[in-house]
Amino acid sequence: MAKITFITSDNETIVAEANSGSVMELAKDNNVNGIDGDCGGVCSCATCHVHVAAGDFDKVGAPGEIEADMLELEDNYNEHSRLCCQIDISDAIDGVTLHVVN
Amino acid sequence: MKKSALPDPFAQAREAKGYGTVEDQNDPVTMLLRLKDVRKTAKDTKTFQSGAAPGRIVVPSEVSIRDTRQIPFEVDPPMHGEYRALLEDWFKRPEQPDYRESLEEIITELVDEALQMDSLEVMEQFALKLQSRALTLLLNIPYEESETWIGWGMHVFRSEESALDGDKAAILYDYIDAQIDKAIEHPGDDLYSVLLDSEIEGRKLTKEEVKGVMILTFAGGRDTVINAVTNSIAYFAEHPESLTRLDNEPEITAHAVEELVRYFSPLTHMGRVVTEDTQVCEHAAKADTRVSLCWASANRDASTFENPNEIVIDRKMNPHVGFGFGIHKCLGATHARQVLRVLLGVLAQKVKSIDILEQKDNIEDWGEFQRKVGYDSIQVEFHRKD
Ligand code: HEM
Ligand code: FES
Repeated sequence: MAKITFITSDNETIVAEANSGSVMELAKDNNVNGIDGDCGGVCSCATCHVHVAAGDFDKVGAPGEIEADMLELEDNYNEHSRLCCQIDISDAIDGVTLHVVN
Repeated sequence: MKKSALPDPFAQAREAKGYGTVEDQNDPVTMLLRLKDVRKTAKDTKTFQSGAAPGRIVVPSEVSIRDTRQIPFEVDPPMHGEYRALLEDWFKRPEQPDYRESLEEIITELVDEALQMDSLEVMEQFALKLQSRALTLLLNIPYEESETWIGWGMHVFRSEESALDGDKAAILYDYIDAQIDKAIEHPGDDLYSVLLDSEIEGRKLTKEEVKGVMILTFAGGRDTVINAVTNSIAYFAEHPESLTRLDNEPEITAHAVEELVRYFSPLTHMGRVVTEDTQVCEHAAKADTRVSLCWASANRDASTFENPNEIVIDRKMNPHVGFGFGIHKCLGATHARQVLRVLLGVLAQKVKSIDILEQKDNIEDWGEFQRKVGYDSIQVEFHRKD
């Protein structure tokens, strides 16, 4: 079980839990504003962009090469950027906080 | 080569130099072929503009046959963002459950019909009908209106003799003018009326602006959807195992749709006009010349896609640009995705197999590249599940 905290760009806080799936799916299921997930999670649309809270970045890990290529061209890209459809839910990321970019 | 395959004509040029050239009415186009170049160029809207003379970013150029600016397609920032903001919510409606249910009804009826026929020609008798009926949902107008569009046949925008035929385009322009006038007289809750009532920069949209948006929803969403639907049918005819898989694992449907859009790339490329002397993949691009973003080539770029020429029905990492990239990414994508997701669901549920009886490929001619984008016609036979 992983508990994830989303903070949207209009400063709403949503805490959600799941055992499996991707963080994008979890956000969609909980109507997190700013996570659209248009492409269904195949790393094509970048509508699931988050900034991982600085202290949590090691838990979540860095993007792979293909995801990084996408992120580099996004507005508001920074060193804590991830496309959250590429983050799998697992115990390893329990407790992390994600700032929704859009 | 399978009958349903869409070969990649760009591979050699993409790897060797990264671009190709196509002549077009004395306004040649440098086609960018690599995924990274296409993405980077799509993002740089200052140097590579869409808001040039109306029709110029289209290949073949439509400069000599129209003056109406298509909106938001032929508009640059900051106005582009203003228009998108007006339209975005409306074009997200396909995610609503009742929209999906209506689509299911439309598509189920067509598949049931196909299952009863001895054989059918997919473009005219299935895809055109599907696209037209589904469009009534997007515009929120009565279903019956689709009969008019189906009656126009396949070639209202693209005539068979030449890709540029002003008379044929006039059918659509006159039709839209008449519909706008009707909506002015009797406002309703359709897209025409909603647009006529919306404001931008503190003023109402003009008739010409409303026309510019409506034309695009017809033109941009027609051939693309028709080809995506028809190519899907042809693919499943040769891959019944994929239908079985979708039936057993409906959760892969969204991934399957992205993969089909990547592989089919129903819109081959789209132009931009260069605003200042620059370089694209070590090739000089002079101000006031044209480049194009070749989505179809980028989507087969082996430096990103493993087995780019295979349809991997549950491909997980799939950063394709079939719906474009950056601020101009397809506004109709939510609708198109929902159409294809529902189609795959209904086919997987009802159809055991499909036979291709006869086909005539539709090959686009881009100078040094000949690209199959779909079919002029394809006759098939549907078989139901027992
Ligand atoms: C499978 C079907 C479709 C494909 C593959 C497709 C592809 C594309 C692509 C590649 C672009 C980017 C063009 C550019 O960057 O210049 C685009 C833009 C656009 N498409 Fe689609 N399209 C599809 C369906 C639709 C539908 C159904 C509609 C509406 C009814 C639509 C409306 C638009 C509009 C309005 C734009 C311009 C957006 C802007 O400039 O901001 N498309 N489409
Ligand atoms: S959902 Fe499309 S890139 Fe993450």
